[in-house]
Amino acid sequence: MNAGTKFAIGAVLIVGSVGYLMASGVKSTGQYFLTPSELSQKIAVDPSFYDVGMKVGARVVPGSVTRDVATRTLTFQVTDGGARYPVVYRGVPPDTFNDSVEVVVEGRLRKDGVIQATNVLAKCGSRYEAVPKA
Amino acid sequence: MTVLGNLCLWLAFLVGVWGALAGFVGGVRGQPELAQSGRHAVFAMCAALLVAVFSLEWALFKHDFNVEYVAAYTSQNLPVFYTWSALYAGQKGSLLFWATVLSLFGSLAMVFTARRHRVYLPYVAAVVCTVAAFFISVMLFAHANPFQRLPYTPLDGSGLNPQLQNPGMVFHPPMLYLGYISITIPFAFAIAALLSKRLDVDWLVAIRKWTLVSWLFLSIGICLGMWWAYVELGWGGYWAWDPVENASLLPWLTMTAFLHSVMIQEKRGMLKKWNLALIIGSWLLSIFGTFITRSGVISSVHSFTQSNVGYFFLFFLIAAGTASFALYATRLPLLDAEAKLESMVSREASFLFNNLLLVGIAFSVLWGTLFPILSELVQGTKVTVGPPFFNQVNIPLGLALLGLTGIGPLIAWRRASLPNLRRQFAVPATVGAFTLLVLLVGGMRDFSALMAIGLGAFVLGTVVQEFARGAGARHRQYEEGYALALGRLLARNRRRYGGYIVHTGIVILFIAFAGMAFKTETEATLRPGESVSLKSPYGWTYTFTHLGISQYDALNRQVTAATVEVYRNGKKTGILTTEKRQHVDALGRPTFQPSTEVGIISDVREDLYGVLAGVVGGTEQAVFRFTINPLVWWVWYGGMIVALGGLIVMWPGGTPAVKRSQPGYAVRLVGERK
Repeated sequence: MNAGTKFAIGAVLIVGSVGYLMASGVKSTGQYFLTPSELSQKIAVDPSFYDVGMKVGARVVPGSVTRDVATRTLTFQVTDGGARYPVVYRGVPPDTFNDSVEVVVEGRLRKDGVIQATNVLAKCGSRYEAVPKA
Repeated sequence: MTVLGNLCLWLAFLVGVWGALAGFVGGVRGQPELAQSGRHAVFAMCAALLVAVFSLEWALFKHDFNVEYVAAYTSQNLPVFYTWSALYAGQKGSLLFWATVLSLFGSLAMVFTARRHRVYLPYVAAVVCTVAAFFISVMLFAHANPFQRLPYTPLDGSGLNPQLQNPGMVFHPPMLYLGYISITIPFAFAIAALLSKRLDVDWLVAIRKWTLVSWLFLSIGICLGMWWAYVELGWGGYWAWDPVENASLLPWLTMTAFLHSVMIQEKRGMLKKWNLALIIGSWLLSIFGTFITRSGVISSVHSFTQSNVGYFFLFFLIAAGTASFALYATRLPLLDAEAKLESMVSREASFLFNNLLLVGIAFSVLWGTLFPILSELVQGTKVTVGPPFFNQVNIPLGLALLGLTGIGPLIAWRRASLPNLRRQFAVPATVGAFTLLVLLVGGMRDFSALMAIGLGAFVLGTVVQEFARGAGARHRQYEEGYALALGRLLARNRRRYGGYIVHTGIVILFIAFAGMAFKTETEATLRPGESVSLKSPYGWTYTFTHLGISQYDALNRQVTAATVEVYRNGKKTGILTTEKRQHVDALGRPTFQPSTEVGIISDVREDLYGVLAGVVGGTEQAVFRFTINPLVWWVWYGGMIVALGGLIVMWPGGTPAVKRSQPGYAVRLVGERK
């Protein structure tokens, strides 16, 4: 077997393991990214969407935010104009979080219809640009 | 001044279009006057753009809030330092910055390219003019003109986002941009080589320094970005696999691959197709990075202001990619290798694997970054992958790459013999194995961290061995003292030993990354006098005691500061101060969301990282998050060592002419002498 063939085998091994790592990585860590409307449609036809890790991108409902600083509990509602879900988050929200931002909520939908968040990301206007004046 | 700025933009655009046409036509038809006019267009464009930058800076410093850009990114009370840097704080300004720096780099290439490489210059001028004209056209035609005036004049501007009011942020974007932008020059030379069909090793020599320049700027830019994220964003880490971060890593990976594979082309005349593809790919990735950062197609926490700038970039990306690779395809027959791979156990083979791994990592990062879009196209549902995906894929690949970092530079060219392997690797392999043993006995059980540190020790062993052997040889041959021998060794073989220094920095970075496997974290609500404890991975117990809250006004912000006393195993080690800042305008009205200022106590072993998350209204009871991040200090110093090594490699002079381990090359060398 000449060196070229051996190298080809090595290359196939590397490319193969990159491919395998990527495929298994997507499988074990991929999360649905849904809007509240999409979530309510999915859940209507397939109850297995309860208690599955996912991300929900939506707008915070103005006036729905309550913070309990002492217990570090944050509750609010999110909507995309269609469906609306309450969210409970125990932890510290990012600086840019307020009741009129778009958020990405990472967590799972409990059976009682509340999203238990493990992480809340707030979309700022951009990292580089000013938040528009309300 | 905005009239002047606008005028200059138009002038630069027209000159750019002319330069592109004149350069291409002059080069292809071999008309020297036209070609020269194309080259001169680069200088003219540069001059016009510099005046435009000056006009914008003038408007910024004069607080001319009638200019929309000035009103959007600065305010009366913004410190001068940040007023200056507002030039590239927003999209419109950074487009101007891009075009200007590109024309500046283009001009430098026109001036400093050695005479024997001048045949490429008309094409280089044409490519530079095309790319710069594209950026100017975005400003002029995509509603992204930084000189746009408002129908009214606000009393004060909106000010700069507080998260950008950090020294790291003043230098991070331009460094990254300099890296992105300077890739255009090697790309232009690659296109020039393809167009002129002069595809021997000559064009590689012409761009060697340029590729290093952009690689170095990218490295520094990425490190500064990590530092900024760490000290400013307050989530306790420095790398989140955010699309914008990934976008900067992609060209860095492919450039790193190129810097290695180019040696194989120089020495053995192999990999010509691969190298050209890497350069074209790196450039496309740099444009892609700008596109990602500026368009917001990928849902990240940074969604950007709605504008059609994204479409311009997408169109340009597709058009430029298609054109480049079509040209590349027509030249493939000219790019056959001059030699064959002789053995798997050779430097060529180890470099090839290194390239495959680097490109594999780049591909997986690109894949993960684009996955939400791809999955939506294919499945109709958006699926995202986050840091776990990137870590899961890239830790094994990164470790394999780290191993090759030790093997590649020491293994013989063409075919390594068993005695050669034993001579080169016996000591470093022992060092690596011994380190692994010590860590295992010490109780470390994290597989990836063990591998990272063990392999790191192996690589450091090879580097030390190389320096020791080289200096020892000089000591025996020239009877120099060891210090002098070491200095001269480095000075006379900058490329080789500078490269080893870069490797040292990379090893340090890997070990520092491994440290993050052991980070610990706690959140607590504390009244003054209360404390919380946290165990560090070294076995110490840290106690954080909340001393109290103080409030005061600074230049453009109201500060709420919490002071925390830190004890290690009961002994006081320092004071952490962490703040909440509410930025205000000149009239004292709040602007922006409140921002957090992190408190950090850093030493070589671990960082204590404290964040004031909130204060219970009207009291001094506060919510804190404390994190212990092991070995973070080494990230910054590893990065500096990488940059230092890069500087040594690219320092002028001292680099020997291209030599090949191949007979028959001597004939060509004669023509290459200066």
